[in-house]
Amino acid sequence: MPRRERRNVLAVEQVGPYSLLRLDRGGLDPGAPGQFFMLEAPGRLLPRALSLCLAPTGELAFLVDPVGPGTRALCALGAGEAIHVFGPLGHGFRLDVARPLLVGGGIGMAPLPYLADSLRFPPALLGFRSDAHAEAAVLLPGAEVVVEPTLVTELIAPGHDVLACGPEPMLRAVAGLCPGAQLAWEAPMACGYGACYGCAFEIDGILKRLCVEGPVLRAAA
Amino acid sequence: MLLLNASGCLDALVAPDLARQLDGFVTKTITPLSREGNAPPRIAETAHGMLNAIGLANPGRERFLRETLPRLAELDLPIWVSVGGFCADDYAETCAALQGRDEVAAAELNLSCPNVDEAADGAAEIVAACRAVTPLPLYAKLSAAHPDVAAVARAVAAAGADGLSLINTVRGMALDPRTLRPVLARGTGGLSGPGLKPIALATVHACYAATQLPIVGMGGVMTGTDALDLIACGARHVALGTVLFADPDAAVRVRDELERALEELGVAQPDELHASAHSSKKSLEIASKVGA
Repeated sequence: MPRRERRNVLAVEQVGPYSLLRLDRGGLDPGAPGQFFMLEAPGRLLPRALSLCLAPTGELAFLVDPVGPGTRALCALGAGEAIHVFGPLGHGFRLDVARPLLVGGGIGMAPLPYLADSLRFPPALLGFRSDAHAEAAVLLPGAEVVVEPTLVTELIAPGHDVLACGPEPMLRAVAGLCPGAQLAWEAPMACGYGACYGCAFEIDGILKRLCVEGPVLRAAA
Repeated sequence: MLLLNASGCLDALVAPDLARQLDGFVTKTITPLSREGNAPPRIAETAHGMLNAIGLANPGRERFLRETLPRLAELDLPIWVSVGGFCADDYAETCAALQGRDEVAAAELNLSCPNVDEAADGAAEIVAACRAVTPLPLYAKLSAAHPDVAAVARAVAAAGADGLSLINTVRGMALDPRTLRPVLARGTGGLSGPGLKPIALATVHACYAATQLPIVGMGGVMTGTDALDLIACGARHVALGTVLFADPDAAVRVRDELERALEELGVAQPDELHASAHSSKKSLEIASKVGA
Protein backbone atom coordinates (compact mmCIF):
# COMPACT_ATOMS: atom_id res chain seq x y z
CA MET A 1 0.00 0.00 0.00
CA PRO A 2 1.32 3.46 -0.80
CA ARG A 3 2.17 5.65 2.16
CA ARG A 4 3.57 9.14 2.49
CA GLU A 5 6.37 9.59 4.99
CA ARG A 6 9.08 12.12 5.70
CA ARG A 7 12.34 10.22 5.26
CA ASN A 8 15.94 11.08 6.02
CA VAL A 9 18.63 11.27 3.37
CA LEU A 10 21.39 8.78 4.19
CA ALA A 11 23.72 9.76 1.33
CA VAL A 12 23.83 11.21 -2.17
CA GLU A 13 26.48 9.44 -4.25
CA GLN A 14 27.77 10.55 -7.62
CA VAL A 15 27.42 7.88 -10.34
CA GLY A 16 28.80 9.40 -13.54
CA PRO A 17 26.61 12.46 -14.26
CA TYR A 18 23.78 10.99 -12.17
CA SER A 19 23.23 10.94 -8.40
CA LEU A 20 22.14 7.95 -6.32
CA LEU A 21 19.85 9.34 -3.62
CA ARG A 22 19.77 6.94 -0.69
CA LEU A 23 16.92 7.35 1.78
CA ASP A 24 16.07 5.74 5.08
CA ARG A 25 13.18 3.38 4.21
CA GLY A 26 11.10 3.84 7.38
CA GLY A 27 7.66 2.26 6.99
CA LEU A 28 7.59 2.52 3.20
CA ASP A 29 7.13 -0.61 1.14
CA PRO A 30 9.64 -0.82 -1.75
CA GLY A 31 6.90 -2.26 -3.97
CA ALA A 32 7.50 -4.10 -7.22
CA PRO A 33 10.32 -3.20 -9.63
CA GLY A 34 9.09 -0.53 -12.04
CA GLN A 35 6.72 1.05 -9.54
CA PHE A 36 7.55 4.63 -8.64
CA PHE A 37 7.57 7.10 -5.75
CA MET A 38 6.78 10.81 -5.62
CA LEU A 39 9.75 12.58 -4.00
CA GLU A 40 9.42 16.07 -2.55
CA ALA A 41 11.81 18.35 -4.42
CA PRO A 42 12.96 21.02 -1.94
CA GLY A 43 11.81 24.50 -2.92
CA ARG A 44 9.50 23.26 -5.67
CA LEU A 45 5.70 23.05 -5.63
CA LEU A 46 5.38 19.57 -7.14
CA PRO A 47 7.09 16.30 -6.19
CA ARG A 48 9.07 14.33 -8.78
CA ALA A 49 8.22 10.80 -9.95
CA LEU A 50 11.16 8.39 -9.66
CA SER A 51 11.25 4.62 -9.95
CA LEU A 52 13.09 2.70 -7.28
CA CYS A 53 16.66 1.79 -8.31
CA LEU A 54 17.84 -0.30 -5.37
CA ALA A 55 16.24 -1.57 -2.18
CA PRO A 56 19.01 -2.55 0.26
CA THR A 57 17.81 -3.47 3.75
CA GLY A 58 16.36 -0.40 5.44
CA GLU A 59 16.90 1.82 2.40
CA LEU A 60 15.27 3.09 -0.76
CA ALA A 61 17.68 4.35 -3.43
CA PHE A 62 16.79 6.46 -6.48
CA LEU A 63 18.95 7.29 -9.49
CA VAL A 64 18.45 10.96 -10.39
CA ASP A 65 19.48 12.79 -13.57
CA PRO A 66 19.81 16.52 -12.72
CA VAL A 67 17.98 17.86 -15.78
CA GLY A 68 15.73 20.53 -14.23
CA PRO A 69 15.16 22.54 -11.05
CA GLY A 70 13.41 19.70 -9.22
CA THR A 71 15.91 16.96 -9.98
CA ARG A 72 18.78 19.37 -9.30
CA ALA A 73 17.26 20.12 -5.88
CA LEU A 74 17.08 16.38 -5.17
CA CYS A 75 20.72 15.89 -6.18
CA ALA A 76 21.73 18.82 -3.94
CA LEU A 77 20.29 17.15 -0.82
CA GLY A 78 22.73 16.27 1.93
CA ALA A 79 22.83 13.47 4.50
CA GLY A 80 20.54 14.23 7.42
CA GLU A 81 18.09 16.32 5.42
CA ALA A 82 14.53 14.97 5.11
CA ILE A 83 11.95 14.92 2.32
CA HIS A 84 8.44 13.58 1.92
CA VAL A 85 8.23 10.35 -0.07
CA PHE A 86 4.94 8.88 -1.34
CA GLY A 87 4.63 5.41 -2.81
CA PRO A 88 4.96 2.82 -4.16
CA LEU A 89 2.66 3.88 -7.00
CA GLY A 90 1.52 2.52 -10.36
CA HIS A 91 2.02 -0.91 -11.90
CA GLY A 92 5.54 -2.35 -12.10
CA PHE A 93 7.05 -5.15 -14.15
CA ARG A 94 5.50 -8.60 -14.12
CA LEU A 95 8.11 -11.06 -12.91
CA ASP A 96 6.54 -14.26 -14.27
CA VAL A 97 8.79 -14.39 -17.34
CA ALA A 98 10.67 -17.44 -18.64
CA ARG A 99 13.69 -15.88 -20.42
CA PRO A 100 14.08 -12.33 -19.16
CA LEU A 101 16.34 -9.79 -20.88
CA LEU A 102 16.64 -6.34 -19.30
CA VAL A 103 17.19 -3.41 -21.68
CA GLY A 104 17.94 0.11 -20.44
CA GLY A 105 18.78 3.40 -22.09
CA GLY A 106 20.41 6.30 -20.22
CA ILE A 107 18.62 7.30 -17.02
CA GLY A 108 16.05 4.67 -18.03
CA MET A 109 18.37 2.14 -16.44
CA ALA A 110 17.11 3.44 -13.07
CA PRO A 111 14.60 0.64 -12.27
CA LEU A 112 16.75 -2.18 -13.67
CA PRO A 113 19.10 -2.89 -10.73
CA TYR A 114 16.11 -3.57 -8.43
CA LEU A 115 14.44 -5.56 -11.22
CA ALA A 116 17.63 -7.59 -11.81
CA ASP A 117 17.80 -8.40 -8.11
CA SER A 118 14.18 -9.62 -8.17
CA LEU A 119 14.82 -11.81 -11.25
CA ARG A 120 18.14 -13.26 -9.95
CA PHE A 121 20.32 -11.25 -12.30
CA PRO A 122 19.23 -12.14 -15.84
CA PRO A 123 21.19 -10.87 -18.88
CA ALA A 124 21.02 -7.10 -19.36
CA LEU A 125 21.86 -4.57 -22.08
CA LEU A 126 22.52 -0.92 -21.28
CA GLY A 127 23.00 1.92 -23.76
CA PHE A 128 24.35 5.39 -22.98
CA ARG A 129 25.05 8.55 -24.92
CA SER A 130 28.63 8.93 -23.59
CA ASP A 131 31.33 7.12 -21.64
CA ALA A 132 30.62 9.42 -18.70
CA HIS A 133 26.96 8.41 -18.61
CA ALA A 134 27.98 4.75 -18.99
CA GLU A 135 29.67 4.92 -15.56
CA ALA A 136 26.18 4.30 -14.17
CA ALA A 137 26.44 0.70 -15.44
CA VAL A 138 28.36 -0.03 -12.23
CA LEU A 139 24.91 -0.31 -10.60
CA LEU A 140 24.07 -3.33 -12.76
CA PRO A 141 27.08 -5.68 -12.64
CA GLY A 142 27.35 -8.06 -15.59
CA ALA A 143 25.37 -5.90 -18.01
CA GLU A 144 26.58 -5.55 -21.57
CA VAL A 145 27.18 -1.83 -22.20
CA VAL A 146 27.13 0.10 -25.46
CA VAL A 147 27.72 3.77 -26.12
CA GLU A 148 26.27 5.79 -29.01
CA PRO A 149 26.42 5.52 -31.97
CA THR A 150 25.84 1.84 -31.11
CA LEU A 151 22.23 1.34 -29.94
CA VAL A 152 20.98 -1.31 -27.51
CA THR A 153 18.32 -2.34 -29.99
CA GLU A 154 21.10 -3.63 -32.29
CA LEU A 155 22.07 -6.22 -29.67
CA ILE A 156 18.70 -7.67 -28.69
CA ALA A 157 18.74 -11.38 -29.55
CA PRO A 158 15.42 -13.06 -30.36
CA GLY A 159 13.69 -15.46 -27.99
CA HIS A 160 13.72 -13.29 -24.86
CA ASP A 161 11.06 -11.77 -22.63
CA VAL A 162 12.23 -8.16 -22.85
CA LEU A 163 11.73 -5.78 -19.92
CA ALA A 164 12.85 -2.28 -20.90
CA CYS A 165 13.06 1.30 -19.72
CA GLY A 166 14.56 4.22 -21.61
CA PRO A 167 13.86 7.20 -23.83
CA GLU A 168 10.69 7.10 -25.92
CA PRO A 169 12.42 6.42 -29.30
CA MET A 170 14.24 3.46 -27.74
CA LEU A 171 11.03 2.03 -26.26
CA ARG A 172 9.19 2.44 -29.57
CA ALA A 173 12.04 0.60 -31.33
CA VAL A 174 11.96 -2.18 -28.71
CA ALA A 175 8.17 -2.46 -29.11
CA GLY A 176 8.66 -2.95 -32.86
CA LEU A 177 11.36 -5.60 -32.39
CA CYS A 178 9.87 -7.44 -29.41
CA PRO A 179 6.07 -7.81 -29.44
CA GLY A 180 4.77 -8.34 -25.90
CA ALA A 181 7.79 -6.66 -24.29
CA GLN A 182 7.20 -4.96 -20.95
CA LEU A 183 8.05 -1.27 -21.35
CA ALA A 184 8.35 1.33 -18.56
CA TRP A 185 7.28 4.74 -19.93
CA GLU A 186 7.62 8.26 -18.58
CA ALA A 187 5.32 11.31 -18.65
CA PRO A 188 5.19 14.59 -16.69
CA MET A 189 3.20 13.98 -13.49
CA ALA A 190 1.94 16.40 -10.86
CA CYS A 191 0.47 13.88 -8.42
CA GLY A 192 1.35 10.28 -9.31
CA TYR A 193 -1.94 8.87 -8.01
CA GLY A 194 -4.53 9.62 -10.66
CA ALA A 195 -5.70 13.03 -9.46
CA CYS A 196 -4.25 15.51 -11.94
CA TYR A 197 -4.73 13.84 -15.35
CA GLY A 198 -1.41 15.41 -16.36
CA CYS A 199 0.35 12.20 -17.44
CA ALA A 200 -1.96 11.50 -20.40
CA PHE A 201 -0.49 8.75 -22.54
CA GLU A 202 -1.87 6.98 -25.57
CA ILE A 203 -2.81 3.44 -24.52
CA ASP A 204 -4.86 1.20 -26.84
CA GLY A 205 -5.45 4.21 -29.07
CA ILE A 206 -6.81 6.56 -26.41
CA LEU A 207 -5.33 8.91 -23.84
CA LYS A 208 -5.18 7.37 -20.36
CA ARG A 209 -3.35 8.22 -17.14
CA LEU A 210 0.10 6.62 -17.18
CA CYS A 211 0.34 6.78 -13.36
CA VAL A 212 -2.77 4.61 -12.97
CA GLU A 213 -2.47 2.30 -16.00
CA GLY A 214 1.36 2.13 -16.05
CA PRO A 215 4.10 3.13 -15.98
CA VAL A 216 4.93 -0.41 -17.18
CA LEU A 217 2.81 -1.36 -20.20
CA ARG A 218 3.00 -4.37 -22.47
CA ALA A 219 3.90 -3.73 -26.13
CA ALA A 220 1.27 -4.97 -28.58
CA ALA A 221 1.80 -8.66 -29.32
CA MET B 1 -17.64 25.21 6.78
CA LEU B 2 -17.20 22.39 4.28
CA LEU B 3 -13.76 21.35 3.07
CA LEU B 4 -14.04 20.17 -0.54
CA ASN B 5 -11.69 19.41 -3.41
CA ALA B 6 -11.49 21.73 -6.39
CA SER B 7 -13.01 20.10 -9.46
CA GLY B 8 -10.45 18.12 -11.44
CA CYS B 9 -7.97 17.82 -8.57
CA LEU B 10 -8.96 14.41 -7.18
CA ASP B 11 -10.39 11.15 -8.51
CA ALA B 12 -12.47 9.73 -5.66
CA LEU B 13 -12.75 6.36 -7.37
CA VAL B 14 -8.97 5.96 -7.56
CA ALA B 15 -8.33 7.48 -4.10
CA PRO B 16 -11.49 6.87 -2.03
CA ASP B 17 -9.71 7.15 1.33
CA LEU B 18 -8.45 10.61 0.42
CA ALA B 19 -11.91 11.68 -0.75
CA ARG B 20 -13.33 10.60 2.61
CA GLN B 21 -11.02 13.09 4.32
CA LEU B 22 -13.18 15.81 2.72
CA ASP B 23 -16.74 16.90 3.59
CA GLY B 24 -17.85 16.41 0.01
CA PHE B 25 -16.42 15.40 -3.34
CA VAL B 26 -16.56 17.64 -6.41
CA THR B 27 -16.37 15.66 -9.68
CA LYS B 28 -14.36 16.49 -12.74
CA THR B 29 -16.43 18.60 -15.10
CA ILE B 30 -18.98 16.53 -17.01
CA THR B 31 -19.82 17.56 -20.57
CA PRO B 32 -22.66 16.14 -22.72
CA LEU B 33 -20.28 14.09 -24.87
CA SER B 34 -17.11 12.29 -23.74
CA ARG B 35 -13.86 14.22 -24.12
CA GLU B 36 -10.39 12.73 -24.30
CA GLY B 37 -8.85 16.05 -23.31
CA ASN B 38 -5.94 17.95 -24.81
CA ALA B 39 -2.81 16.40 -26.26
CA PRO B 40 0.18 16.02 -23.92
CA PRO B 41 2.21 17.66 -22.48
CA ARG B 42 -0.65 18.95 -20.35
CA ILE B 43 1.13 20.18 -17.22
CA ALA B 44 4.10 22.38 -16.39
CA GLU B 45 5.50 23.56 -13.09
CA THR B 46 6.16 27.30 -12.78
CA ALA B 47 7.98 29.38 -10.18
CA HIS B 48 4.94 29.83 -7.91
CA GLY B 49 2.42 27.39 -9.27
CA MET B 50 1.65 25.04 -12.10
CA LEU B 51 -0.12 25.17 -15.42
CA ASN B 52 -2.57 22.57 -16.61
CA ALA B 53 -4.32 22.16 -19.91
CA ILE B 54 -6.22 18.92 -19.35
CA GLY B 55 -9.15 20.08 -21.45
CA LEU B 56 -12.13 18.66 -19.52
CA ALA B 57 -11.29 15.00 -20.09
CA ASN B 58 -14.42 13.12 -18.95
CA PRO B 59 -16.57 10.12 -19.90
CA GLY B 60 -19.53 12.22 -21.03
CA ARG B 61 -22.90 12.70 -19.37
CA GLU B 62 -24.52 9.35 -20.11
CA ARG B 63 -21.61 7.17 -19.04
CA PHE B 64 -21.05 9.36 -15.98
CA LEU B 65 -24.67 8.89 -14.90
CA ARG B 66 -24.71 5.18 -15.70
CA GLU B 67 -21.26 4.08 -14.45
CA THR B 68 -19.43 6.77 -12.46
CA LEU B 69 -22.15 8.28 -10.29
CA PRO B 70 -23.40 4.96 -8.83
CA ARG B 71 -19.81 4.14 -7.83
CA LEU B 72 -19.34 7.60 -6.32
CA ALA B 73 -22.57 7.09 -4.36
CA GLU B 74 -20.93 4.12 -2.59
CA LEU B 75 -18.46 6.55 -0.97
CA ASP B 76 -21.35 7.86 1.12
CA LEU B 77 -20.12 11.42 0.63
CA PRO B 78 -22.12 14.40 -0.62
CA ILE B 79 -21.30 14.62 -4.34
CA TRP B 80 -21.06 17.95 -6.10
CA VAL B 81 -21.27 17.44 -9.84
CA SER B 82 -19.25 19.88 -11.91
CA VAL B 83 -21.28 20.61 -15.03
CA GLY B 84 -19.79 21.90 -18.27
CA GLY B 85 -20.87 22.51 -21.82
CA PHE B 86 -20.76 24.79 -24.81
CA CYS B 87 -24.24 26.35 -24.67
CA ALA B 88 -26.93 26.88 -22.03
CA ASP B 89 -28.87 23.78 -23.12
CA ASP B 90 -25.80 21.56 -22.53
CA TYR B 91 -25.68 22.66 -18.89
CA ALA B 92 -29.45 22.52 -18.38
CA GLU B 93 -29.77 19.02 -19.82
CA THR B 94 -27.10 17.69 -17.45
CA CYS B 95 -28.72 19.44 -14.48
CA ALA B 96 -32.09 17.94 -15.44
CA ALA B 97 -30.51 14.49 -15.71
CA LEU B 98 -29.22 14.79 -12.10
CA GLN B 99 -32.82 14.93 -10.82
CA GLY B 100 -33.64 12.12 -8.43
CA ARG B 101 -30.02 11.19 -7.76
CA ASP B 102 -29.99 11.54 -3.98
CA GLU B 103 -26.22 11.32 -3.75
CA VAL B 104 -25.91 14.62 -5.63
CA ALA B 105 -25.72 17.48 -3.14
CA ALA B 106 -25.17 20.32 -5.60
CA ALA B 107 -24.26 21.20 -9.17
CA GLU B 108 -21.26 23.41 -9.76
CA LEU B 109 -21.58 25.12 -13.14
CA ASN B 110 -18.12 25.43 -14.66
CA LEU B 111 -18.43 28.74 -16.47
CA SER B 112 -14.71 29.43 -16.53
CA CYS B 113 -12.45 26.65 -17.84
CA PRO B 114 -9.48 28.40 -19.48
CA ASN B 115 -8.55 25.30 -21.51
CA VAL B 116 -11.50 24.92 -23.84
CA ASP B 117 -13.36 27.29 -26.12
CA GLU B 118 -15.83 29.24 -24.03
CA ALA B 119 -19.56 28.63 -24.05
CA ALA B 120 -21.30 30.90 -26.52
CA ASP B 121 -23.98 31.82 -23.98
CA GLY B 122 -23.39 34.19 -21.08
CA ALA B 123 -22.99 33.03 -17.48
CA ALA B 124 -26.37 34.41 -16.36
CA GLU B 125 -28.18 32.79 -19.29
CA ILE B 126 -26.64 29.40 -18.44
CA VAL B 127 -27.55 29.73 -14.76
CA ALA B 128 -31.13 30.73 -15.63
CA ALA B 129 -31.51 27.73 -17.96
CA CYS B 130 -30.32 25.38 -15.19
CA ARG B 131 -32.46 27.10 -12.54
CA ALA B 132 -35.52 26.45 -14.70
CA VAL B 133 -34.99 22.67 -14.63
CA THR B 134 -33.64 21.82 -11.18
CA PRO B 135 -34.13 22.61 -7.51
CA LEU B 136 -30.54 21.41 -6.83
CA PRO B 137 -28.26 24.00 -5.23
CA LEU B 138 -26.43 25.68 -8.12
CA TYR B 139 -22.94 27.07 -7.61
CA ALA B 140 -21.57 29.20 -10.45
CA LYS B 141 -17.81 28.82 -10.89
CA LEU B 142 -16.52 32.09 -12.26
CA SER B 143 -13.25 33.32 -13.69
CA ALA B 144 -11.17 35.94 -11.93
CA ALA B 145 -9.96 36.98 -15.38
CA HIS B 146 -13.27 38.72 -16.12
CA PRO B 147 -12.74 42.49 -16.02
CA ASP B 148 -15.73 42.90 -13.66
CA VAL B 149 -16.27 39.59 -11.89
CA ALA B 150 -18.48 41.24 -9.25
CA ALA B 151 -20.91 42.25 -12.02
CA VAL B 152 -20.95 38.64 -13.30
CA ALA B 153 -21.58 37.48 -9.72
CA ARG B 154 -24.54 39.85 -9.41
CA ALA B 155 -25.90 38.64 -12.76
CA VAL B 156 -25.72 34.94 -11.87
CA ALA B 157 -27.24 35.70 -8.44
CA ALA B 158 -30.16 37.42 -10.18
CA ALA B 159 -30.47 34.42 -12.52
CA GLY B 160 -30.95 32.10 -9.55
CA ALA B 161 -27.53 30.85 -8.48
CA ASP B 162 -27.47 29.62 -4.88
CA GLY B 163 -23.75 30.18 -4.48
CA LEU B 164 -20.43 30.92 -6.16
CA SER B 165 -17.26 28.88 -6.59
CA LEU B 166 -14.24 31.17 -6.75
CA ILE B 167 -11.83 31.00 -8.46
CA ASN B 168 -10.94 28.86 -11.44
CA THR B 169 -7.39 28.82 -12.78
CA VAL B 170 -6.10 31.83 -14.70
CA ARG B 171 -4.71 31.43 -18.20
CA GLY B 172 -0.92 31.42 -18.41
CA MET B 173 2.03 30.12 -20.41
CA ALA B 174 5.43 28.56 -19.72
CA LEU B 175 8.30 28.22 -22.19
CA ASP B 176 10.82 25.42 -22.53
CA PRO B 177 14.20 27.12 -21.84
CA ARG B 178 15.91 24.97 -24.50
CA THR B 179 13.52 25.75 -27.36
CA LEU B 180 11.74 28.94 -26.20
CA ARG B 181 8.51 27.27 -27.31
CA PRO B 182 5.47 26.70 -25.04
CA VAL B 183 5.85 23.65 -22.79
CA LEU B 184 2.17 22.76 -23.08
CA ALA B 185 0.96 21.27 -26.34
CA ARG B 186 -2.04 23.62 -26.23
CA GLY B 187 0.26 26.61 -25.72
CA THR B 188 -1.59 28.04 -22.75
CA GLY B 189 -2.94 26.44 -19.59
CA GLY B 190 -4.61 27.35 -16.32
CA LEU B 191 -2.34 28.65 -13.56
CA SER B 192 -2.97 27.19 -10.10
CA GLY B 193 -1.07 26.95 -6.84
CA PRO B 194 0.21 29.53 -4.34
CA GLY B 195 0.68 32.26 -6.96
CA LEU B 196 -3.10 32.36 -7.37
CA LYS B 197 -4.01 33.10 -3.74
CA PRO B 198 -3.98 36.94 -3.81
CA ILE B 199 -6.23 36.86 -6.89
CA ALA B 200 -8.58 34.41 -5.14
CA LEU B 201 -8.77 36.61 -2.04
CA ALA B 202 -9.55 39.75 -4.07
CA THR B 203 -12.20 37.93 -6.12
CA VAL B 204 -13.93 36.33 -3.13
CA HIS B 205 -13.85 39.69 -1.36
CA ALA B 206 -15.41 41.51 -4.32
CA CYS B 207 -18.06 38.89 -5.06
CA TYR B 208 -19.10 38.53 -1.42
CA ALA B 209 -19.50 42.29 -1.17
CA ALA B 210 -21.54 42.24 -4.39
CA THR B 211 -23.88 39.33 -3.60
CA GLN B 212 -23.55 37.96 -0.02
CA LEU B 213 -24.06 34.53 -1.64
CA PRO B 214 -22.40 31.47 -0.06
CA ILE B 215 -18.97 31.10 -1.66
CA VAL B 216 -16.71 28.06 -2.04
CA GLY B 217 -13.32 29.75 -1.91
CA MET B 218 -10.34 28.19 -3.67
CA GLY B 219 -7.12 29.21 -5.35
CA GLY B 220 -3.67 28.61 -3.90
CA VAL B 221 -4.77 27.11 -0.57
CA MET B 222 -1.69 25.34 0.79
CA THR B 223 -2.26 25.76 4.56
CA GLY B 224 -4.96 26.31 7.16
CA THR B 225 -4.02 29.99 7.26
CA ASP B 226 -4.76 30.26 3.54
CA ALA B 227 -8.20 28.72 4.18
CA LEU B 228 -8.80 31.20 7.00
CA ASP B 229 -7.91 34.11 4.71
CA LEU B 230 -10.52 33.00 2.17
CA ILE B 231 -13.13 32.68 4.94
CA ALA B 232 -12.27 36.16 6.15
CA CYS B 233 -12.79 37.47 2.61
CA GLY B 234 -16.26 35.93 2.49
CA ALA B 235 -15.95 32.23 1.66
CA ARG B 236 -18.34 29.90 3.55
CA HIS B 237 -16.54 26.80 2.32
CA VAL B 238 -13.01 26.07 1.11
CA ALA B 239 -11.75 23.78 -1.65
CA LEU B 240 -8.29 22.28 -2.08
CA GLY B 241 -6.76 22.03 -5.53
CA THR B 242 -3.10 21.84 -6.47
CA VAL B 243 -2.03 21.16 -2.88
CA LEU B 244 -3.62 17.70 -3.22
CA PHE B 245 -1.09 16.86 -5.95
CA ALA B 246 1.88 17.65 -3.71
CA ASP B 247 0.34 16.39 -0.47
CA PRO B 248 -2.43 13.79 -0.77
CA ASP B 249 -3.14 14.14 2.96
CA ALA B 250 -3.59 17.92 2.70
CA ALA B 251 -7.23 17.83 3.85
CA VAL B 252 -6.31 16.49 7.30
CA ARG B 253 -3.35 18.86 7.63
CA VAL B 254 -5.23 21.98 6.47
CA ARG B 255 -8.10 21.22 8.87
CA ASP B 256 -5.65 20.83 11.78
CA GLU B 257 -3.83 24.02 10.87
CA LEU B 258 -7.11 25.91 10.58
CA GLU B 259 -8.18 24.68 14.01
CA ARG B 260 -4.88 25.85 15.51
CA ALA B 261 -5.12 29.22 13.77
CA LEU B 262 -8.63 29.69 15.18
CA GLU B 263 -7.46 28.70 18.67
CA GLU B 264 -4.73 31.31 18.52
CA LEU B 265 -7.35 33.90 17.65
CA GLY B 266 -9.61 32.66 20.46
CA VAL B 267 -12.33 31.64 18.02
CA ALA B 268 -14.24 28.35 18.17
CA GLN B 269 -15.71 28.14 14.66
CA PRO B 270 -14.51 29.44 11.31
CA ASP B 271 -17.98 30.93 10.75
CA GLU B 272 -17.21 33.47 13.47
CA LEU B 273 -14.57 34.99 11.20
CA HIS B 274 -16.67 34.76 8.05
CA ALA B 275 -16.26 37.95 6.01
CA SER B 276 -14.30 39.60 8.82
CA ALA B 277 -12.13 41.31 6.21
CA HIS B 278 -15.24 43.37 5.34
CA SER B 279 -15.88 44.56 8.88
CA SER B 280 -13.63 46.93 10.74
CA LYS B 281 -15.43 45.98 13.98
CA LYS B 282 -14.63 42.26 13.64
CA SER B 283 -11.05 43.04 12.67
CA LEU B 284 -10.61 45.17 15.79
CA GLU B 285 -12.05 42.42 17.99
CA ILE B 286 -9.52 39.96 16.61
CA ALA B 287 -6.69 42.44 17.05
CA SER B 288 -7.58 42.92 20.73
CA LYS B 289 -7.77 39.13 21.30
CA VAL B 290 -4.29 38.51 19.94
CA GLY B 291 -2.94 41.55 21.77
CA ALA B 292 -2.10 43.55 18.67
